[in-house]
Amino acid sequence: MLFKVIPWVRLIIGSSLFFGAGARADWEVNMTPGVTEVSQQVYDLHMIIFWICVAIAVVVFGVMFWSIFAHRKSRGVKPATFHESTLVEIIWTTIPFVILIGMAIPATTALIDAYDTSESELDIKITGYQWKWHYDYLEEGVGFFSNLSTPADEINNLTPKLDNYLLEVDEPLVVPINKKIRFLITANDVIHAWWVPAIAVKKDAIPGFINEAWTIIPEPGLYRGQCAELCGKDHGFMPIVVEAKTQADYDLWLGERQEAAAKERELRDKVWTLEGLMERGEKVYATNCAACHGLDGKGIPPAFPALKNSAIATGDMAGHVDVVLNGSAGTYMSAFGSQLNPVELAAVITYERNAWGNNIGDFIQPIDIANMQVAE
Amino acid sequence: MSTLEAHGHDHHGPAKGWRRWLYTTNHKDIGTLYLWFSFIMFLVGGSMAMVIRAELFEPGLQIVQPEFFNQMTTMHGLIMVFGAVMPAFVGLANWLVPMMVGAPDMALPRMNNLSFWILPFAFALLLSTLFMDGGAPNFGWTFYAPLSTTYAPSTVTYFIFGVHIMGASSIMGAINIIATILNMRTPQMTLMKMPLFVWTWLITAYLLIAVMPVLAGVVTMMLMDIHFGTSFFSAAGGGDPVLFQHVFWFFGHPEVYIMILPAFGIVSQIIPTFSRKKLFGYTSMVYATSSIAFLSFIVWAHHMFTVGIPLAGELFFMYATMLIAVPTGVKVFNWVATMFRGAMTFETPMLFAVSFVVLFSIGGFSGLMLAIAPVDFQYHDTYFVVAHFHYVLVPGAIFGIFAAVYYWLPKWCGNMYDERLGKLHFWLSFVGMNLTFFPMHFVGLAGMPRRIPDYALQFADFNQIASVGAFIFGATQWLFLFIVIKAIRSGKKATAEVWDNPEGLEWTIPSPAPYHTFSTPPEVK
Repeated sequence: MLFKVIPWVRLIIGSSLFFGAGARADWEVNMTPGVTEVSQQVYDLHMIIFWICVAIAVVVFGVMFWSIFAHRKSRGVKPATFHESTLVEIIWTTIPFVILIGMAIPATTALIDAYDTSESELDIKITGYQWKWHYDYLEEGVGFFSNLSTPADEINNLTPKLDNYLLEVDEPLVVPINKKIRFLITANDVIHAWWVPAIAVKKDAIPGFINEAWTIIPEPGLYRGQCAELCGKDHGFMPIVVEAKTQADYDLWLGERQEAAAKERELRDKVWTLEGLMERGEKVYATNCAACHGLDGKGIPPAFPALKNSAIATGDMAGHVDVVLNGSAGTYMSAFGSQLNPVELAAVITYERNAWGNNIGDFIQPIDIANMQVAE
Repeated sequence: MSTLEAHGHDHHGPAKGWRRWLYTTNHKDIGTLYLWFSFIMFLVGGSMAMVIRAELFEPGLQIVQPEFFNQMTTMHGLIMVFGAVMPAFVGLANWLVPMMVGAPDMALPRMNNLSFWILPFAFALLLSTLFMDGGAPNFGWTFYAPLSTTYAPSTVTYFIFGVHIMGASSIMGAINIIATILNMRTPQMTLMKMPLFVWTWLITAYLLIAVMPVLAGVVTMMLMDIHFGTSFFSAAGGGDPVLFQHVFWFFGHPEVYIMILPAFGIVSQIIPTFSRKKLFGYTSMVYATSSIAFLSFIVWAHHMFTVGIPLAGELFFMYATMLIAVPTGVKVFNWVATMFRGAMTFETPMLFAVSFVVLFSIGGFSGLMLAIAPVDFQYHDTYFVVAHFHYVLVPGAIFGIFAAVYYWLPKWCGNMYDERLGKLHFWLSFVGMNLTFFPMHFVGLAGMPRRIPDYALQFADFNQIASVGAFIFGATQWLFLFIVIKAIRSGKKATAEVWDNPEGLEWTIPSPAPYHTFSTPPEVK
């Protein structure tokens, strides 16, 4: 009932001047049934319990509003004097109890299903970082980060916001359809939660723990979600996109990925020029560093210091490398050594030393970083 | 002899000037202090909510940056819980419990003074962090580790000491209330003759004594982790971030009942008066309240359905949580049965009380939905949860407090409040509150996570409605301030009974209540 009324409410409100301009919402009022068997089961359970609540509300509020209407002093009624009935109390304790048992049975079944992570065909490790996700295909030897790809200009209202505002990433999690996928979920710094409504999976990513969840996606498509546990400044800016592909398309993608990983290794071993590192570094910086230190290197002091003219970025190379690789204790600076590959690390360090007028002129080779990491 | 009498006479009235308030051990003065303090905190916490709603009016970042937004959500929650709702209930208990049980004052008057006067210091500590380097706490009012420890701003230490002082204040307040209720009742008032407000507060006070030390424990562990090298909550040092959540919610779930049980008591006083009919099922109300208090200790992990507790644990906490619906249902049915075949009028306290029953029940229904663990995977940490707890806290706790103030204000200050303005305050609050929080159910179900400063475009319209509602609700509270001040300074003189034949000892003394009441124990029918 409630949900049938909504289009009318929408018409009334939507036509008013106030909400007319700039409104791009779709007035969705209910949970998505999703695309998987589990999500459908969850949706059905949600609706059953919703309607039971509505039915109880109609009865209880019905009696109440009828009393308010009929038993008011202004109608000249005399109040009754009854104020106790053990029988009635027993009845209205027992009936809700029975209704609850009725709810608990399907809820238990659904929960047992959601917990059955056995016999998976593909294992993906998901790691939450401040503020991005890392996906590791454990058997396939492929792993990558997934960052928000909405440009800062859209967030700061400088350019129009496009359709998937805040729900788009540079690298979606690609999975095959009709395969039982097991997610192994953990975190590197604080607690995050990996949530994709369309597959009804929400699981906390906790440092030191590995949580499990699973899904079988029957339809190819893009399924979007967000981090669901407050994880600091950019909690609202670490979306999740799952791209489900047919097995053939997935295999193709996986092949390209594995090839690219091989190429990355080649890049790591080659000798780079300053220009090459700067070009690559600018991109790495924009994705990984600009959120705190600003695209212009000016930061947001005092929590996020400026890099332009900073003692570290213009000081000696070893100190600079150390901070980027290992982070800085007691500050928001996290350790990027495990988050970026040697090429990206060398590029971004070089970029920071030579951008915004820092002009130190020195640079570091990816292979040196790789050797340093092996030594540690 | 005569000098002794004259000496005694000097102390009947309060001291003059600021000394009256600073040194007072009078339960009425301390009640007044608590209530004004909580109202100021209500406005401070409310203005933070206005910042939040203004930022969420449209997608994109307009007014504040994410850093500051997180400080606002955190401080809003902490201030409303510890600064507005809890002190307001303690203030009401101070004013009303002695008058309701026929006692001359609280059992421990000096401690009563202390438990109030440390509160301003606690909140000064907490609020001062807004002006410090690193900013105020930004990890949410639930302050989950390690975001609140390893990754916290340095001001977290001020927050920890603030919480410690608030906890000490609450524990002292609770001890005082228990001591008063158990020892200072007029002889004929047996436990099962106590007004329900006294009963609910007695149970609340026991909850406070049970869980405030747990809160103190968890913040102390945080302090150790931050400054003394322990690793209670740090996985890197062999600790357990989930332990934090277990300990926090072992405090946190009884805490949310601490914020609602006294309101149950208030509504149980008001509905019979304006229905002109005795409360239906007094005994079952007492038992239901006790059951709710008991259950509150064994349901904490329903806040943690997504942290990955084992299936058996998940099932246990789901079933236990669902059980709460039974005693809560009994209470709602009893209120409705009290109204049924009464002779009702709808003065402002009754309007707030009736809307309490309806809107709190809506919050109860969404609570029942949230109890279903597999479905909670979709609700958890979305705006559906925000809608749920604001439905139980705003029309629950806050409307309960409003109802109490309108109901007992004539007894406190001797004047009637302006009924027309009171009704206006009710209707504006009612509309504003529903406009704010009802759409949050929709955006939550549609997938909007909570605690985000910016959101995807499909949530825009309902957020805009919620913001407009919040501005209406916020602005309306200045009207409440005006109504109360107006009633204190002028207004029709109130009779001793104030209302139409209300039940309770507080209505047998004149309005305004004299500075000292019940020097000799009154008779109870």
